[in-house]
Amino acid sequence: MLGWHAVMMAQDRFPRPEFESGYVYPEHQLPLQREPYWEYIDVALLIGTLSLASWLAIKKRSREGLVWLSVFSLAYFGFVREGCVCPVGSVQNVALSLFNSDYTIPITVLLFFIIPLVYALAFGRVFCAGVCPLGAIQELTGFRPVKLPKAVESVMITFPFLYLGLSVLSAATESQFLICRYDPFVGIFRLDAPYTMVIFGGLLLIAGIFINRPYCRYFCPYGVLLNIFSRFSSRHLTITPAECTNCRLCEDVCPYDAILPSDISAPSEEPQKERRRFIIYVILIPFFAAAGLLLFRNLSPLFTGLNSNVQLAREIRAEKEDGIPAISKAAVAFKEAGKTETELFDEEVKIHERFRKGSAWVGLFLGISFGLSLVSLSTRTRRTGYVPHKGKCYSCGRCFKYCPVHVNNNKIG
Amino acid sequence: MIVQAVTLNHRAAVKIPVNENNTIGMKENRNKYQTRRDFVRKAGKILIVAPVISLPVVLSKKVSASGNVWQIDPHKCTQCGQCKAKCVLTPSAVKAVHAYVMCGYCDLCGGYLRQGVKTISTAAEDQMCPTAAITRKFVEEPYFEYTINEDLCDGCGKCVKGCADFGNGSLYLQINQNLCVYCNECSIARNCPSDAVSRVSDRMQYLPKEKKAGE
Repeated sequence: MLGWHAVMMAQDRFPRPEFESGYVYPEHQLPLQREPYWEYIDVALLIGTLSLASWLAIKKRSREGLVWLSVFSLAYFGFVREGCVCPVGSVQNVALSLFNSDYTIPITVLLFFIIPLVYALAFGRVFCAGVCPLGAIQELTGFRPVKLPKAVESVMITFPFLYLGLSVLSAATESQFLICRYDPFVGIFRLDAPYTMVIFGGLLLIAGIFINRPYCRYFCPYGVLLNIFSRFSSRHLTITPAECTNCRLCEDVCPYDAILPSDISAPSEEPQKERRRFIIYVILIPFFAAAGLLLFRNLSPLFTGLNSNVQLAREIRAEKEDGIPAISKAAVAFKEAGKTETELFDEEVKIHERFRKGSAWVGLFLGISFGLSLVSLSTRTRRTGYVPHKGKCYSCGRCFKYCPVHVNNNKIG
Repeated sequence: MIVQAVTLNHRAAVKIPVNENNTIGMKENRNKYQTRRDFVRKAGKILIVAPVISLPVVLSKKVSASGNVWQIDPHKCTQCGQCKAKCVLTPSAVKAVHAYVMCGYCDLCGGYLRQGVKTISTAAEDQMCPTAAITRKFVEEPYFEYTINEDLCDGCGKCVKGCADFGNGSLYLQINQNLCVYCNECSIARNCPSDAVSRVSDRMQYLPKEKKAGE
């Protein structure tokens, strides 16, 4: 208490001396300003690398080119620029600026959010293929791909949706930036980080040797958006440069389970039955949405723990009601700062209200996503050849070399 | 965008029932949208493109070219020591800075000397700064000029606390914008117990203490 008062009242105890020796006051000792031009170079390079990746994946069909592009992206966006700005994290800035009046989003961050999505809409997930430094470090260390059981895989790929929902909720309520806090590789890019970050990143990289791109597949929240956008892409990487011969050589090569087999030989179901199932699933979507909404609305007190003010209020209340001493640094600072408990609890109620609204939207989004994925499971496309799953495919080009079909300009035979 | 989407929906309302009732006729009845699948694809595409394209418009008032940087408000700072510990950089990007205009040039400096020292000397055991980042230079009796060596400073804030408690408060902590790596969420800001670290405009990257002593 005494210390704090001393801080508040401290200044001006001693008058400024009147020097007789002609002493000249030095400049106010402030460090240099930041130069912002790097970010514009980043945006230009982002467009350049994305264009190059699209060309390599779709026109040139060169896995080697994509690997070298990944090396460049890892070196530049990763180690030189130390992982920031990245589109994965920009999701939170966009959410924060949408739902808060006093935050202004830098134009470069907004561009970093939009540009890869536009490219995904045109050419598929080329951002993942050779531009994203997080993807690149995993792509380059995935030496021994192992396939996970289908059931495990399909449960795990729902996690990014939840992660996206929670991190948008957390950013929009001004609580914290979850994606940045739990970014696994930024510590490696900076060669300096808290040990928890290094352990998480290291474990992911080791797991990634066998289960390739674990972060992209089971965590990346931006990947969810890219996945959705890429499904509608105008042009997309193809496994074969010409007509698929159904030779099945590429069937097992994709470590990401992103190759859809040809179904010319699959037994066809009765169209009537298929249609009925489709209609039932479509009708179920609103129910899933409502269920998600209600579930998450009721779960919202759980999420409010993400907010530091709520944590503080809980700690103070625990001290008041149960006599558990509040000893965290925030509690000590709160007691010294002279903010009243009523103010703090009022604020807590407001934050709770925001979380309740936000959680309902997150639940709605998750429910609709779940319903739509069921619908897409029930619809059957007639595929006459092996094609990449446009949503899951990272356009990494591993499958190119397994396709025996080659387009040769000097006609054979 | 919205107008287009509406026309599409209108078409769908007209067309899809026809297809459903007349599956055989579907093949002859091909026009712009050859199958329902194509239609769903196009509608979905427009549905997801529209929000992203409209983002710059929606956010037009909230976009700035200059952006934000993280900075410490010296009037909120309590010198708790988190700046040294929680920065993602080691040593921290937070450094002590000195407002000479506020300094009392004291011989018995609370920021330079440890509390309860027996002698006023430049010996290491007498110094407040654990890394000896503050040097002092004799100006004239009884005044000394204090300078911070930024390369040695690790942002622990001990000198700041000492100066605030016993002096004029001319020493304070600031985030060095040349060292800061601009994490999207500053790790110090998340841990700061007094909410002293916040985003400030890129145009004014430092929050200097300007109050002149004796005025």
